[in-house]
Amino acid sequence: MTVLDTAVDPAAGSTEDPAARARDLLGVSRLTDTSLTRWLHALPGVDQVGAEARAASLGTRSIKTTSKAWAIDLAISMIDLTTLEGADTPGKVRGLATRALTPDPADLTTPSPAAVCVYGDMVPFAREVLGHSGVRIAAVATAFPSGRASMPVKLADTRDAVAAGADEIDMVIDRGAFLAGHYRQVFDEIAAVKAACRRPDGTSARLKVIMETGELVTYDNVRRASWLSMLAGGDFIKTSTGKISPAATLPVTLIMLEAVRDWREVTGQQLGVKPAGGIRTSKDAIKFLVAVNEVAGPEWLDNHWFRFGASSLLNDLILQRQRLAIGAYSGSDYVPDDAPSLY
Amino acid sequence: MPTFDYAPAPESRAVVNLQPSYGLFINGEFVDGSGTAFKTINPATEESLAEVAEATTDDVDRAVKAARAAYRGVWGRMSGADRGKYLFRIARIMQERSRELAVLETLDNGKPIKESRDVDVPLAAAHFFYHAGWADKLGYAALGPDPRPLGVVGQVIPWNFPLLMLAWKIAPALACGNTVVLKPAETTPLTALLFAQICQQADLPPGVVNIVTGAGPTGQAIVDHPGIDKIAFTGSTGVGKMIARSIAGTRKRATLELGGKAANIVFDDAPLDQTIEGIVNGIFFNQGQVCCAGSRLLVQESIADDVERRLKRRLATLRVGDPMDKNTDVGAINSRRQLDRITELSAAGEAEGATRWDTDCPLPKNGFWFRPTVFTGVSQSHRIAQEEIFGPVLSVLTFRTPAEAVAKANNTPYGLSAGVWTEKGSRILWMADQLRAGVVWANTFNQFDPTSPFGGYKESGYGREGGRHGLEAYVQTGGVA
Repeated sequence: MTVLDTAVDPAAGSTEDPAARARDLLGVSRLTDTSLTRWLHALPGVDQVGAEARAASLGTRSIKTTSKAWAIDLAISMIDLTTLEGADTPGKVRGLATRALTPDPADLTTPSPAAVCVYGDMVPFAREVLGHSGVRIAAVATAFPSGRASMPVKLADTRDAVAAGADEIDMVIDRGAFLAGHYRQVFDEIAAVKAACRRPDGTSARLKVIMETGELVTYDNVRRASWLSMLAGGDFIKTSTGKISPAATLPVTLIMLEAVRDWREVTGQQLGVKPAGGIRTSKDAIKFLVAVNEVAGPEWLDNHWFRFGASSLLNDLILQRQRLAIGAYSGSDYVPDDAPSLY
Repeated sequence: MPTFDYAPAPESRAVVNLQPSYGLFINGEFVDGSGTAFKTINPATEESLAEVAEATTDDVDRAVKAARAAYRGVWGRMSGADRGKYLFRIARIMQERSRELAVLETLDNGKPIKESRDVDVPLAAAHFFYHAGWADKLGYAALGPDPRPLGVVGQVIPWNFPLLMLAWKIAPALACGNTVVLKPAETTPLTALLFAQICQQADLPPGVVNIVTGAGPTGQAIVDHPGIDKIAFTGSTGVGKMIARSIAGTRKRATLELGGKAANIVFDDAPLDQTIEGIVNGIFFNQGQVCCAGSRLLVQESIADDVERRLKRRLATLRVGDPMDKNTDVGAINSRRQLDRITELSAAGEAEGATRWDTDCPLPKNGFWFRPTVFTGVSQSHRIAQEEIFGPVLSVLTFRTPAEAVAKANNTPYGLSAGVWTEKGSRILWMADQLRAGVVWANTFNQFDPTSPFGGYKESGYGREGGRHGLEAYVQTGGVA
């Protein structure tokens, strides 16, 4: 991978015509499975043992006192507070949104999460509560979580959520197509969903591309899927739906952080990363922030560029925040939870 | 832009009970030395930690006699199963007191606490566990039907991994039924003395392990003592040659683990991100004060610029400073003398025309410090490509073909270790076959395990430590007809 002499204009590339930009980056006249395969498979391989060792070593950083307080607030501000259950109701979503506005009523200095993340049909109920508070609304779309639907259905799903007022769309890639090597198909679907994120006023919902890394299995696949998603115009690369285990592991997130770091070197464009699923404790969240800091770089320490997809993580972060403030553990009864899981 | 400043996270030194002065450990008890006591300092602060006795020729003689008596009376005739019990007990106590050992190691040596905590101490305990298991199975180690101990072993170890090198030496010697007289390095004697207390705690019979502190003359006294059956030495090639000369014509055996100038070879199909980690681990682990350090980076010319750029970016994230801070990646150089040598050789690198780069990070005022440094444009004929620097200094050379990589990697008087980075399995096997180095790591570096033999080719020494091969150095092999 070499740095291009002339950086591609990120705005023009990402929003206008991903295929043209891709042809330019790949240096080909036609974007085909073959040309995409050649490009993706030329990415440096990932040594599994080495990648996991690096992640483990980042996990040994000791973050204490002032830096812990700073990291906890940053982590809270990076959460996409999520409920994605068949049993979701307008009442539950309103509760979740209210929680996002006031995560800890006992301490109003507690920052709000970045967004609430819900199914598309729940967007209006979240909007009722959130209004223009600055807490964004993310909607999953494209036949989440399996992605097994026809393209027209996926696009209708996306347009519907955007029309309902979603600020961000979390789509799933067709993992089957990816694993079968149909990279052009995956590319086209992402690009089409990206186009469907466009609003009548010309602005666009930000697109998070869920790769479902637990189904891709190898780190080489995670790296290739990351580059393919970025190439096709995703604004964020996201690990998981949360419905498959393993979900957001530290090594997988490490590979994705390397991908956005290297993508920026090649194109000049900065993109976001969102690990989702399985991050439940402050300790875990801080390990991810250390990885962001040391692998992608401090420019990514902002909720515009990094998110946690989580539901219960907020509870533990607030618990730890209270402990730092009062010097003792309060307990879960001191953390209001409007949306406890039914299971 | 926000900055994620890691607040200081110092490990507590309260767990260590430092005595103002330490004697010699002979025949199961601490006794005064006859020589001039010397101070051991914390290289990160230059504060004095304790005063340590110097063993003279007479003291060494007492230690050897105690070891001989213990060999004849108890240890040499004890069943392997019972020796194993003692070794298991020592290993468990080392684990129980691991925090104490780690803190003391970091105070005395200057290495980051995360390394002494996560590498040195666990590996040292693992060596005792591993060899404890062999103690009653020596007859099945392909050493002949009835392998016998050698007797009294004199062991001299270096300052870079004080406790770990002690474990590499003492565990196999004891497992095979020998008794030992061990001299730790004069700048890092404290964990060996704490180990002596662990031997007492484990009720190890007196005289089985004797620890005598001192500098070169004490080591010479061990080497020259007629009651020693075997010398095991880890240290510089210069001293190794002196030892070989000293024992020439005597009945003494020797194993020598000496210097190195390892090539870390990166092909253009390497897993790049992990390769960068491996390069960093290869040369900046323990401040590069590792005999098997990957001090020569041989990188394929077609990716040299990319590797250099990525490496420098990564080095900028290394945290250099207080070794007791749990977030420190690179600690202090062990001594003024070593710092002077690193400084001198680095100056020579510049003078000879190589391009010098360092991380420009701030360094503490007191103590011995050297920034992580990279030399590019290095030729085989530069001193920094030939001589062992034993510090955080990487020399980068390039190659074009696999054969050239092999030729350059082998073009050194040393042959301790090498690293190969490629996704091509067949090339790994071919390279491992061509490289004249005792250890060849594939897509990793500086990995140690008690089950794996370690040792050198050429001027990196002879004999192996660890694994079944390591046992051979501590037994008389022979058959019964």
